[in-house]
Amino acid sequence: MAKGLTAIVFVAAAAAAGWWFTAPVRVDPEDYVDLVGVPARGEVVFHAGGCASCHSAAGATGEARLILSGGRGFASDFGTFHAPNISPDPEHGIGGWSVTDLANAMVHGTSPEGRHYYPAFPYAAYARVTPQDIADLHAYLTTLPAAATPDLAHELGFPFTLRRGLGLWKALYLKDGWQVTGDMDEVAARGRYLAEALGHCAECHTPRDALGGLDRDRWMAGAPNPSGQGTIPNITPAKLDWSEADLIAYFTSGFTPDYDTAGGSMADVVSSLAQLPEADRAALAAYVRRLKPIE
Amino acid sequence: MFKGMTVTGAVLGLAILAGAASGQDAAQKALADATKARQAQMQLYAFNLGLLGGMAKGEVPYDATAATAAAGNLSSLAQLDQSRLWPEGSDEMGVEGSKVMAELWANMPDAMAKGADLVTAAAAMEVAAGTDLASLQAAMGALGGACGACHKAYRVPSN
Ligand code: HEC
Ligand code: HEC
Ligand code: HEC
Repeated sequence: MAKGLTAIVFVAAAAAAGWWFTAPVRVDPEDYVDLVGVPARGEVVFHAGGCASCHSAAGATGEARLILSGGRGFASDFGTFHAPNISPDPEHGIGGWSVTDLANAMVHGTSPEGRHYYPAFPYAAYARVTPQDIADLHAYLTTLPAAATPDLAHELGFPFTLRRGLGLWKALYLKDGWQVTGDMDEVAARGRYLAEALGHCAECHTPRDALGGLDRDRWMAGAPNPSGQGTIPNITPAKLDWSEADLIAYFTSGFTPDYDTAGGSMADVVSSLAQLPEADRAALAAYVRRLKPIE
Repeated sequence: MFKGMTVTGAVLGLAILAGAASGQDAAQKALADATKARQAQMQLYAFNLGLLGGMAKGEVPYDATAATAAAGNLSSLAQLDQSRLWPEGSDEMGVEGSKVMAELWANMPDAMAKGADLVTAAAAMEVAAGTDLASLQAAMGALGGACGACHKAYRVPSN
């Protein structure tokens, strides 16, 4: 029912909005020409962005998480998306991509050929990533092993197979700016950047409306699990009473205050967060404690 | 006469049924007992980790002797013979309250490798816990990774 309605809105809106409105947007190459990417810094961006959680092969652990051959499936209301190969392989991966190609993909969800990407690729969050971080990430990605694995096609129902309609989705939901505002010291600002731009925490912890956009009034207040099983927890202080030390420990080892471990899709997130510098995990913890309490 | 025989037959039938049922009960009880013991083993891991984690977080003052004892327990627990803790049939469908996925029995070598990874991580923690606080803190990640890897593969997610 909701799905059918969404489909109708999707088609009607795309038709009404017309070509110009749904045309893909690109970054200004001027913002990127002078940047020199540093792989070591890019490694932090990579782990904070959780790229391996989606782009490594299903079930990969340890070093194998650095082989970005793609293939994992992500269930959604619109069908199943498969993450593509983003290893440096020139044919099957993104070996031939420039920094601006990567920037267009992450900031505007636009492919080198000018197609829209589906928001299963969390560019709605990455849109806030700085040009320098993207240049560093690009430099790091080129150091990873190449994999000659072909991409899997997404399994979507009509009309979601029409990428053109995504222009409207972007117009509605691609926003700049920050959700948590107010006085920010350096640590809290870093935590916000890690959580809202790179970590895309809200993509899982915030519920969505009928068109798949985030319901920003319920920021991090928990959401149904897209896999269909159970829910993703509310992590605002209204529901989560963990101390900052508890949060840092969770992001480091996956241990909850009861010494059980992070489960479900959070286990992969923790594998990435565990690779960050300690100061970054502390900044994330500070951010989580500052979230607006929502019941 | 005829009636009597029927009654005898019925009684006999009931007796056989009861016998089968109590055999089933015993088998079911064995699975339930193993599940309880397995969960208790996990709780003992968590209990000993509580002290190490408290020190890592700075909630409990670091004490090399106490930390070594807790890490030693963890290491010993991980090395206990667990062959009777994981009987086939004690999965989420077979025993009420069990959170084990049936996949575990289809992938026994992998599950045992994950158990062995925990033994390694616990041994590393034993050394680290007696060294200093920074070493203890650094060893928490690998330990959490060893527990979490098995939960991710073989435990039914609670959320
Ligand atoms: C939640 C899962 C998820 C995460 C996290 C994720 N991606 Fe993706 N990514 C996808 C999906 C799904 C697509 C395919 C989108 C499409 O086909 O429209 C994609 C597409 C891409 C593409 C386009 C590849 C091509 O061949 O056109 C690039 C580049 C990319 N991602 C890079 C990254 C980087 C870099 C990160 C980390 C900063 C990242 N992704 C994190 C799911 C993810
Ligand atoms: C891919 C989806 C996903 C992403 C992205 C994600 N989480 Fe989670 N998170 C989960 C799930 C699922 C759980 C429940 C874990 C469990 O069942 O043990 C969880 C649990 C948590 C918890 C523990 C809450 C509790 O009550 O147990 C915290 C804290 C948390 N996440 C913070 C974050 C932060 C911070 C980020 C961003 C850096 C983030 N999460 C990104 C899915 C996600
Ligand atoms: C070889 C796989 C494996 C390893 C290693 C492992 N676990 Fe578990 N754990 C499980 C499974 C499977 C369950 C579900 C058991 C059940 O419901 O019968 C579980 C359940 C638990 C529970 C819940 C117990 C209950 O009362 O229901 C806790 C707490 C726990 N594990 C903690 C840990 C900790 C801490 C570690 C590391 C020191 C660890 N586990 C290592 C597989 C593992």
